[in-house]
Amino acid sequence: MSKGVRPAIVELTSARTKEFIRETEAIFWVFGFPLILALALGFAFREKAPDRIPVGVVSGPEAPQRLAALQKSPVLAPRIVSEAEGRDALRHGRVSLLIDGGDAVIYRFDPTRPDSRTARQEADDALQTAAGRRNVIVAREEFVHEQGARYIDFLIPGLLGMNLMGTGMWGMGFTIANARMKKLLKRLVATPMRKSQYLIAQFLSRLIFLTLEVIVLVAFGWIVFGVRVNGSLTLLAVLCLVGGYAFSGLGLLTASRARTLEGVSGLMNLIMMPMWLCSGVFFSYERFPDKVKPLIRALPLTMLNDALRAVINDAAPLTRVAPQIALLAVWGLATFAIGLKIFRWQ
Amino acid sequence: MENAVISCRGLKKYYPDVKAVDGLDLSVAANECFGLLGPNGAGKTTTIEILEGLTIPDGGDVEILGMTWRSHERDLRERIGISLQETQLHEKLTVYETVRLFRSFYRAGPDPESVMHDLSLDEKRDSRVGKLSGGQKQRLAVACALVGDPDILFLDEPTTGLDPQSRLQLWEVVARFRKKGGTVLLTTHNMEEAERLCDHIAIVDHGHLIALGTPKELIAKLEAPNIIEFTSEPPLPPEAILALPACHGCSPHGNAWQLRVDSLAEAVPQLIDLVEKHGAKLVSLSTHAATLEDLFVSLTGRELRDV
Ligand SMILES: Nc1ncnc2c1ncn2[C@@H]1O[C@H](COP(=O)(O)OP(=O)(O)O)[C@@H](O)[C@H]1O
Ligand SMILES: [Mg+2]
Repeated sequence: MSKGVRPAIVELTSARTKEFIRETEAIFWVFGFPLILALALGFAFREKAPDRIPVGVVSGPEAPQRLAALQKSPVLAPRIVSEAEGRDALRHGRVSLLIDGGDAVIYRFDPTRPDSRTARQEADDALQTAAGRRNVIVAREEFVHEQGARYIDFLIPGLLGMNLMGTGMWGMGFTIANARMKKLLKRLVATPMRKSQYLIAQFLSRLIFLTLEVIVLVAFGWIVFGVRVNGSLTLLAVLCLVGGYAFSGLGLLTASRARTLEGVSGLMNLIMMPMWLCSGVFFSYERFPDKVKPLIRALPLTMLNDALRAVINDAAPLTRVAPQIALLAVWGLATFAIGLKIFRWQ
Repeated sequence: MENAVISCRGLKKYYPDVKAVDGLDLSVAANECFGLLGPNGAGKTTTIEILEGLTIPDGGDVEILGMTWRSHERDLRERIGISLQETQLHEKLTVYETVRLFRSFYRAGPDPESVMHDLSLDEKRDSRVGKLSGGQKQRLAVACALVGDPDILFLDEPTTGLDPQSRLQLWEVVARFRKKGGTVLLTTHNMEEAERLCDHIAIVDHGHLIALGTPKELIAKLEAPNIIEFTSEPPLPPEAILALPACHGCSPHGNAWQLRVDSLAEAVPQLIDLVEKHGAKLVSLSTHAATLEDLFVSLTGRELRDV
């Protein structure tokens, strides 16, 4: 080999890697976008104290006393209203309960509304206690916010899966279609370069970025939202690798014949859209009808997301995610093989 | 045919609505520069890409360096260098990175640095490909073709769209490659380029070979080696011009007439007489020795540039 020139596979991988690093926009979509999404959704759905239920107290001699008693309840938001105002507010749902009456308290509410029933119970407790009722049993409250059961715990593995899909497919598909359109592929096959080396180099370069992507997103979830990886980190790495491989294969297959970028973009979206919606990125696919669930479970992103959640949230061992790993490997192998077979070089 | 390094017989490539190449025989000897000349759409690119093993012909045989693409693709790829009519190399890579990438595909060849030097690209070593001028891009394309130390260089319209200086630079590169024993096959629709650079020229039109020979032979094929171009007010009818004894043919050129003639000494006085006889006034008159361009016009009745 002549001075400074490394083997073709190394040169091809490094060329692709440099090309990517020098594409500032691509960097944002791969690294920035998922973080922003995680941040936005993480904060939007973070656990907050449940809203207090609005309650109206009709003005009168008893009103100030009642108001003070009700304010002690952690779930009620009482205020004093005139009778007409109160009835109107109740009708329109601005208050869930209207408290009226003189010595005998009247609770006005719609019994079909759960919050109204809760408010009635709470208000009654508060007023009775204030009036001197003694509780017979001692009780203590304990709140449950288990790590691993929050929305963000569900979301981070989903985003990880979505990112592996997006960057895997675009990373392969877009580059290949672009190179074909610019006749770069044609120029390359006019050299003694081995065709398989070109495709392997694309994938190797993907792996470099995939590793970074995963580290960035997992670290972000851990540090900002306390989403811990409960299972084995090695197993997580294996999963990401197999997932990235499967989606690179799918990207290769998608781009194997397309002549234009528009063509390949359309096809990519067609393939990715159902997985974005159904594979449990943002919400669980358990809500879909039982009939379509087997179909959803056969999608590569569903397998990847399920396995990622099992490892990250439930500390699942290899034996539990082995089926998904094996199936994803088959997806990758099959799509690579078919893609290479039908590949259009010019 | 004996020591041809490139040869093809009965080459055919039919597309649904056009016969791009229609029965072409060519033979290129070792160390020569062979030019495929023809207007746009003549089938030059299709032909050269078949010879390069990139397009499968519908009929005919191709032999390069005594081998066929079917049996010796990898060996041939090691021994030929190619510059396609339109390739956009990685815009984000630098010149050096690009040359090094292409160098890595070949078993043997010069250092990337020395190839860049030969193509006067040293200064641009670390520039991004996307930032190069047309001439620099074209030189880079040729650098990528030379980096495997090929025996044959295929260049498809290497100078189209380049400024005169870049064009000269590329001509020098071709000359140097030949001095080292290389064979060149290039396509062009530039007459001057073909006359200056090529030992043999094949003129093609509509996928057919319409003339073949050295530039001198081809020009000599014109029975009338001189051209008179003139305009008059009012213009003369073509029948009258063709009736001139010294005239071998005439064709319109813009709003002027071009006459092909044997001897200027005979033809010019005859033409001036004719103009006077028609009561017209001569507006302009010029003469030149026939070129390949004139040959193309006389062969096809069309001009090369604007077909
Ligand atoms: N892939 C193709 N599909 C259909 N027609 C083509 C294709 N490639 C070339 N042609 C047609 O074949 C003819 C010859 O083209 P080409 O070889 O590119 O000519 P040149 O290089 O001499 O300009 C043109 O009419 C062109 O439109
Ligand atoms: Mg062409």
